[in-house]
Amino acid sequence: MIEGILIGLTTALTFQNILMVMVGCFFGTIIGMLPGLGPMTAIALMIPITYGFEPATGLILMAGVYYGAVFGGSTSSILLNAPGVPGTVATSFDGYPMAQQGKAGKALAIAAWSSFAGGTLSAIYLLFMAPSLSKVSLSFRSPDYFALMILGLTAIAAFSSKGQFLKAMMMVVLGLMLASVGQDSLSDITRFTFNNMNLTDGISFVLVVMATFAMSEALTIILKRNDPTSATKQVSLTELGSIKINKEERAKMYKTIPRSSVIGFLIGVLPGAGATIASFLAYGMERNVVNDEEKEKFGKGSVNGLSAPETANNAACSGSFVPMLTLGIPGSGTTAVMLGALLGFGVQPGPRLYMTNPEIFWSIIMSMYIGMVILLILNLPLIPYIARILAVPKNYLIPLILFFSVTGIYVMSFNNFDIYLMIGIAVVATYLRLYDFPMPPLILAFVLGGLMEENLRRSLLLSDGSWTFLWDRALTACILTTTILIVAWQIYKTMFQKK
Amino acid sequence: MNINTTKIISLLFFIFSAFYLYTAYQIQVFAFDENAPFNARTFPIYLGYAGLFFSGLKLILPDQNTIKVEHKNLEYKKTGILILIAIIYGATILKVGYFLTTSLFLFASYYFLGERRWILMFILSFPFVAVFMYLLHGVLNIYLRDPFLQSIGVMG
Repeated sequence: MIEGILIGLTTALTFQNILMVMVGCFFGTIIGMLPGLGPMTAIALMIPITYGFEPATGLILMAGVYYGAVFGGSTSSILLNAPGVPGTVATSFDGYPMAQQGKAGKALAIAAWSSFAGGTLSAIYLLFMAPSLSKVSLSFRSPDYFALMILGLTAIAAFSSKGQFLKAMMMVVLGLMLASVGQDSLSDITRFTFNNMNLTDGISFVLVVMATFAMSEALTIILKRNDPTSATKQVSLTELGSIKINKEERAKMYKTIPRSSVIGFLIGVLPGAGATIASFLAYGMERNVVNDEEKEKFGKGSVNGLSAPETANNAACSGSFVPMLTLGIPGSGTTAVMLGALLGFGVQPGPRLYMTNPEIFWSIIMSMYIGMVILLILNLPLIPYIARILAVPKNYLIPLILFFSVTGIYVMSFNNFDIYLMIGIAVVATYLRLYDFPMPPLILAFVLGGLMEENLRRSLLLSDGSWTFLWDRALTACILTTTILIVAWQIYKTMFQKK
Repeated sequence: MNINTTKIISLLFFIFSAFYLYTAYQIQVFAFDENAPFNARTFPIYLGYAGLFFSGLKLILPDQNTIKVEHKNLEYKKTGILILIAIIYGATILKVGYFLTTSLFLFASYYFLGERRWILMFILSFPFVAVFMYLLHGVLNIYLRDPFLQSIGVMG
């Protein structure tokens, strides 16, 4: 194994490859910041370019693009509340409030360090556990996935602010309802389209996330412009761009990062689960383990609340390489694109890759890691400048946010209907936000809707329509028991808590 | 039971869920799928009932944190104008083209939000969109439809 790691390092550390990773990080960050263009699109855009290079060089360029795009996505989540990909939605819960308090530079620095630490720790887990974890990941069945998704949705509803559980659950149901629009994945029967062809393919994630986050945020800012209770404090450019993390904040991160990296990595290893569930679960878990004083800060700019999803998100990205490299099963859309690129280079991932060609296996792992290191070195000095986006006056910033949102939809579909739908959803979301209906549960439910239905379908078909699959397997029963306890506790709190 | 806006929203959601459930029952499935353990209408039916359950609970349970919104402090007029401009932008972007509509959208939005620094407004609309468009279309090779630029021969 050591020999393989050294060969991987030697390949990754040549001048040409370091240059490639730097170029990749730079372009990846720019692409990732644009709404609708996440890591998957960024890598897909690079594939034709990489075919002119040696396999290792091509993979290293893609690694740079990958981590750059992930960081770019976090940047737009933190600065503009516009997460372009599902994996960075949880980052905006505390990153955006922190940026609004004039600590944009600090929020970006915490995100960068947490991502780096999450990636580093998961690379270490990968070194020791890759082959054995691939077997564990295969032991997960449809009922377990279904239960895991229910738990994820309940957890996000539960960690919404005090007394909001039922509102959050309503948003979960609304998100699942929106996800059910369009063709059924198996039978191709159209549902809830009302004979409108524009809805046949369903509603896109970017549309929903731009409407409920970026656009409704922009509308809320305009709506509350003269509201004395929502006045934001004026901060200097130096304070806005400061990346200094103090001792107390570092201490919080030291505790959060290890536990979030474990949960992120383990969830990442499961095919299909990926960075989104990992970041939401890490956020929920973190909120449950911190003390009451810290718990109150969640959603208002908590260091733990920002560090946890960023760590888990990156750890899950590395974790998702376990099933891809050891089994040849891509665990996410991004790894599916990477798998395609590997096959294009003539590299066949699978159990034999680790056994017969360890140098290729380790080259890929090491190139991913080098990409992360270079990203940190490149982007930390740029943070003070990136953070200044928030110093742009609201009269300019709001139209620019709306412009980015509409562009994201326009380049995806070239369809007026999608733009109207986005504006409609944004107006409803803005009104719901006024009355504290949380949007994150809606987004997570929307992302998981299709997968949840798919796993329920498989479970019910395998059990011939019987719901006994919910307790037949110990793992499923355990996950569901946790879910039931969370729901019961939250309803009990709603009914009996004193005002 | 105290009636407030949150309860009214919950009631609307209850009605919406009932409509969703009704529509879910109307989904046409294949004849051989009618009695299958799972078909295209199974999941939506569960969702409809879940919507009724949670909104029903919200309606009947006491509200712990009543949200009061001071409507007189809210800028409905400016927000409405901005939404209207966005709708016009959406309606014209395909026919007129990305460059002109986006630039005009930005320029009009700055104006209605109270900005009057004309040079800055111009720079942050027309040249800004041109640079952004070059980045997307020219550098990243992402197709942007623009009949206006095509008609004057700027774009191929």
